[in-house]
Amino acid sequence: MQGSALAAAVAQTGLVQAAPPDPDAARDALTGSFSIVINSAPHQMTVDTRVTLLDLLRERLMLTGTKKGCDHGQCGACTVLVNGRRVLSCLSLAVMHDGDHVTTVEGLAEGHGPDAKLHPMQAAFLEHDGFQCGYCTPGQICSAVGMLDEWRNGAPSLVTDDLSAHPELSPAELHERMSGNICRCSAYPNIAEAILAVSREGA
Amino acid sequence: MKSFSYMRARDVTEATRAAQRPGSKVIAGGTNLLDLAKLSIERPSALIDVNRIPGLKEIRRLPDGGVRIGALVTNADLAAHPLIREHYPLLSRAILAGASGQIRNMATTGGNLLQRTRCVQFYDTSDRCNKRAPGSGCGALDGANRMNAIVGGSASCIAVHPSDMAVAMRILDAVVETTDAHGAHRRIPIDDFYVLPDAAPQHETVLTPGEMITGVSLPAPPQGMQSYRKVRDRASYAFALVSVGAIAAVEEGHFTRVRFAFGGIAPKPWRIEAAEAALRGKPRNAQAISTACDIALAGAAGHGDNDFKIALAHRTLIAVLGA
Repeated sequence: MQGSALAAAVAQTGLVQAAPPDPDAARDALTGSFSIVINSAPHQMTVDTRVTLLDLLRERLMLTGTKKGCDHGQCGACTVLVNGRRVLSCLSLAVMHDGDHVTTVEGLAEGHGPDAKLHPMQAAFLEHDGFQCGYCTPGQICSAVGMLDEWRNGAPSLVTDDLSAHPELSPAELHERMSGNICRCSAYPNIAEAILAVSREGA
Repeated sequence: MKSFSYMRARDVTEATRAAQRPGSKVIAGGTNLLDLAKLSIERPSALIDVNRIPGLKEIRRLPDGGVRIGALVTNADLAAHPLIREHYPLLSRAILAGASGQIRNMATTGGNLLQRTRCVQFYDTSDRCNKRAPGSGCGALDGANRMNAIVGGSASCIAVHPSDMAVAMRILDAVVETTDAHGAHRRIPIDDFYVLPDAAPQHETVLTPGEMITGVSLPAPPQGMQSYRKVRDRASYAFALVSVGAIAAVEEGHFTRVRFAFGGIAPKPWRIEAAEAALRGKPRNAQAISTACDIALAGAAGHGDNDFKIALAHRTLIAVLGA
């Protein structure tokens, strides 16, 4: 429809009484600005309020190591570390992370390129062949890193018999603590071996 | 997801004033709200982020021997806190029975209490649900209802409350502390906090628009062995078919004090004090426990797929309280 025809049509309906709303103001209300540190690099971002931390990483910052599995918090593929704690990036809005430090699978290794030194958990997954298709792997690795921190800090789990003691990381403890990460290839035996190996290193 | 504005509240006053506007929702951990928003089950027009409000992440001992838990304390921090592990192991175990490590690092105490049901029909926007779309009917009554309620439901809704933490808090006589947009504070016993569905299952709590949970206080724990047992389809990361929390003191083979409540079978944590009273002084055996369970589940009825829950609740209670 031509502009004049549209104006005539609108005038006829009598629907437009006031000046049209300021499109910039309307857009601003639906975006959010924040600063965030991802893998030691600071970013100043302005995004649609609906953008999840997961989509921020993958679609805005091209950090595609973090995977989108179910996008509903059921599979764990999107697990990242926020201020050192494992969380689901799919169930978190990017705008909620002002000032936070996020570590993704890309940020675990020391250094970049051929001289990079893998994180012990990454090296253990290679050593123990802790994957098949690999899609859940970044989430498994980030989750395992966060889980070992929780365990070393003495956090109990559902299968911890004595809540006042610091439990050994038995296979039962490990299975319970990693239950939020699903592997559809069912590569669990080697994933568990890799994580147990790192837990024994005391790294 | 529908578009929404976003505001980072600096204090409770700012949060409650913003949250009382129609369409506004408070967000803390976000693990339930964002899941539902992605499915257009929750359709907020404004999100009020309360995560940066100072003072709501503390766990402190009260002069009466109880404990006060800030609304923003995460499930992980609460379950692992030395005071909770030592004096309220029931609460630690109930929390650790729910969700996954990642979600417990995000989910908060206030948000856990306010999470919505996982009823299949509530989640299926093509089905009928009086809770999601008031007046549309209940697809669970004559549909798939394996996870649904056997007590406390109504002709309009048989959804269950999914929280494990709330079951423990109900046994521990928790008091929910709130502040509203006018600055008024309330202390609401957790049993009064939740409302049964009756004809209006969209109303789940007594919170008024803008009223926000600021914390939960627990009185000193009663004497007795504390335990929590959750029966589910897989060993971890699944909602309860039936769960039982209990605190029991036994002397010479007889119950002296008992408290117990069920999760997974009702629209709120299901504790019937008359059933506990019936066990006092009774021998610790399956028959006495089963009789008390009958009182707790008076009027219970299955809806087809979930008929098994009545027997399962009895067996689980016997397993928890029995010798």
